[in-house]
Amino acid sequence: MDLRHTPEEDAFRAEARAWLAAHVPAEPLPSLETEEGFAAHRAWEARLHADRWSVVSWPREYGGRGVDIFMWLLFEEEYFAAGAPGRVSQNGISLLAPTLFDHATEEQRARVLPAMASGEVIWAQAWSEPESGSDLASLTSRAVRTEGGWLLSGHKTWSSRAAFADRAFGIFRTGPEAAKSHHGLTYLMFDLRADGVTVRPIGRLDGKPAFAEVFLDDVFVPDEDVIGEPGQGWRIAMSTTGNERGLTLRSPGRFTAAADRLVQRWRTSADPSDTALRDRVADAVVGARAYQLFTYANASRCAAGTVLGAESSLNKVFWSDYDIALHETALDLLGADGELAGSEWAEGYVFALAGPIYAGTNEIQRDIIAERLLGLPKGRR
Amino acid sequence: MRFLLTDEQAAFGRSLDAMLTAADTPSAVRAWAAGNAVPGNALWARLAEAGVFALAVPEAYAGVGPLPVELAVACVELGRHAVPGPVVETVAAAVLLARLAEHGEEGPAKRLLPALAAGAANATLTLQGCGPYALDADSATYLLTVRGDELRLSRGYGALQTSADPARRLYRPEPGGEVLASGPAVTAAAAYAADHAAFATAAQALGTGLALLDRTVAYVKQRTQFGTAIGGFQAVKHRLADTLIGLEFARPLLFGAALSMTSADIAAAKLTAGEAAYAAARTALQLHGAVGYTQELDLSLWLRKARPLRDAWGTPSQCRAKVLAAP
Repeated sequence: MDLRHTPEEDAFRAEARAWLAAHVPAEPLPSLETEEGFAAHRAWEARLHADRWSVVSWPREYGGRGVDIFMWLLFEEEYFAAGAPGRVSQNGISLLAPTLFDHATEEQRARVLPAMASGEVIWAQAWSEPESGSDLASLTSRAVRTEGGWLLSGHKTWSSRAAFADRAFGIFRTGPEAAKSHHGLTYLMFDLRADGVTVRPIGRLDGKPAFAEVFLDDVFVPDEDVIGEPGQGWRIAMSTTGNERGLTLRSPGRFTAAADRLVQRWRTSADPSDTALRDRVADAVVGARAYQLFTYANASRCAAGTVLGAESSLNKVFWSDYDIALHETALDLLGADGELAGSEWAEGYVFALAGPIYAGTNEIQRDIIAERLLGLPKGRR
Repeated sequence: MRFLLTDEQAAFGRSLDAMLTAADTPSAVRAWAAGNAVPGNALWARLAEAGVFALAVPEAYAGVGPLPVELAVACVELGRHAVPGPVVETVAAAVLLARLAEHGEEGPAKRLLPALAAGAANATLTLQGCGPYALDADSATYLLTVRGDELRLSRGYGALQTSADPARRLYRPEPGGEVLASGPAVTAAAAYAADHAAFATAAQALGTGLALLDRTVAYVKQRTQFGTAIGGFQAVKHRLADTLIGLEFARPLLFGAALSMTSADIAAAKLTAGEAAYAAARTALQLHGAVGYTQELDLSLWLRKARPLRDAWGTPSQCRAKVLAAP
């Protein structure tokens, strides 16, 4: 067991830290869930990309630096410690890109990845439907064969970033109507501004249009935008959700940085006799460290060639519950100002509240943990 | 970075697990609780053969340590099998004596450590500020006490104080006894030993929680009600899933602490493993139902241990204070 970094890792960390110190905006950008903020965050993606910091773990040919997962974790620690802006490209980078690396053609990668890395094309996800949430495999949006491609029709919803994004990816039914199951689904990408697409933004709990519903009426998608074999969409999508729940969606740097900020605030402004609050601050520190070390262990397994499966559900439940607890403690530290919609922790709190719901609800994750890791029998949900 | 056990470390854990599984540990625990240390001592002899008690002792005193990662691996397995006896205290005593030797007080280390490393002797101890009771003083070879800046070899102990876990036999050391060392080195070494006691207890707690989870998962797979295994019910599944999450996030804190051995990292591990094991006990009791609430089911051996381990050598509140005391 070894938690030490190599000299190359230390040098990489120092380079990232120096770049971030020189470039992170002094004032926070407007919320990325607003039109103005979305544009500002897109410009920030371009700035990151110009110096090859937007997708450090990708191969150089697509705009990355080809670093391994440990250096990616270090970069993320530095990124969040520097207070750098949220990543408006995250859906593309952490969900679609891993799918493309595993399942797409050379041509698709060359066409899609560089524009994703630069922020020129920002991606939304289109999984859920009004009647297909946790039971995603019951989805009914269809793709029907046509000359040179497919025609999409149906209704997707809860599509994060879709209000302002350029393109979307999701799964559609291409098999027989009768077989409403994991079979006969196809993974494809489409243009949110194509003919037949209607995007209706949805205000999340604080009113910001963080997601949208997407109506599709015979939207043409060329064959070149199908990922993998038609009919294999479920398997391909599940490899994506494994990433979403597991290693790449929530890097530990996000939480170690937040816990550090929390402790600083507690040391400077809290009543030392309030040991109930002290205990919760301590729990935030311990939870961030636990998540960081758990991730290092998983990264070590990945580096040793293990493919993570249902273990990613442990991550997802942990970080989503942890994130809420951390923000609740932070709001309590603010006292009366904790109620203010513009407080330092308000946006993070609203964002955290969604954590146990998206990327597979925590109820579904607990089912997966119980059935696949503990071997308990499948039951009715 | 490679934050994984080596193949050798993992194999060491598996071999202890296999040995203790074959050794009918539950009957040794019950005998220990009843005051018969013979089967427990036989277990200790086998653990000594496997090298467990040499892990915290430096090579200069016939040990192989300090090897905190291997020590954690071993203590997890001892916790998994509810091995009775002053395991944690023997580790802490060895660390105390070795640390004193580093500060120039070599006499006590030369005198006591080789026997502790070989398993020919064991030890229990009390440290100032860490509670008044010496665990299993009736079966320990050496009873050490630190008060103020004095380390003494105690001559005797009072009456048995029955613990909520009867396999933990608690005694108050009698005052006095031979002074082995005194001065600021004792105080410093005692603080270091207390951290190691918390560390070994965290590992034992993790093993205890894992055993409770394993037994409960096995039970809910075979227990049927309403014509189906209760393990298929979502309320049951989710409680067990949360138990696994708690334990699996305690594990990296334990091994992270093994690599740094700082007070704050040990406190984080102790807090998390202790709480996770106690939560596992609550889940195990609830999901076993009435049969879990009985002394005769072996589950009780772990159920009753989880709470004392959560609090021994650092309560959750003390651990949280230490986490935030870090610079």
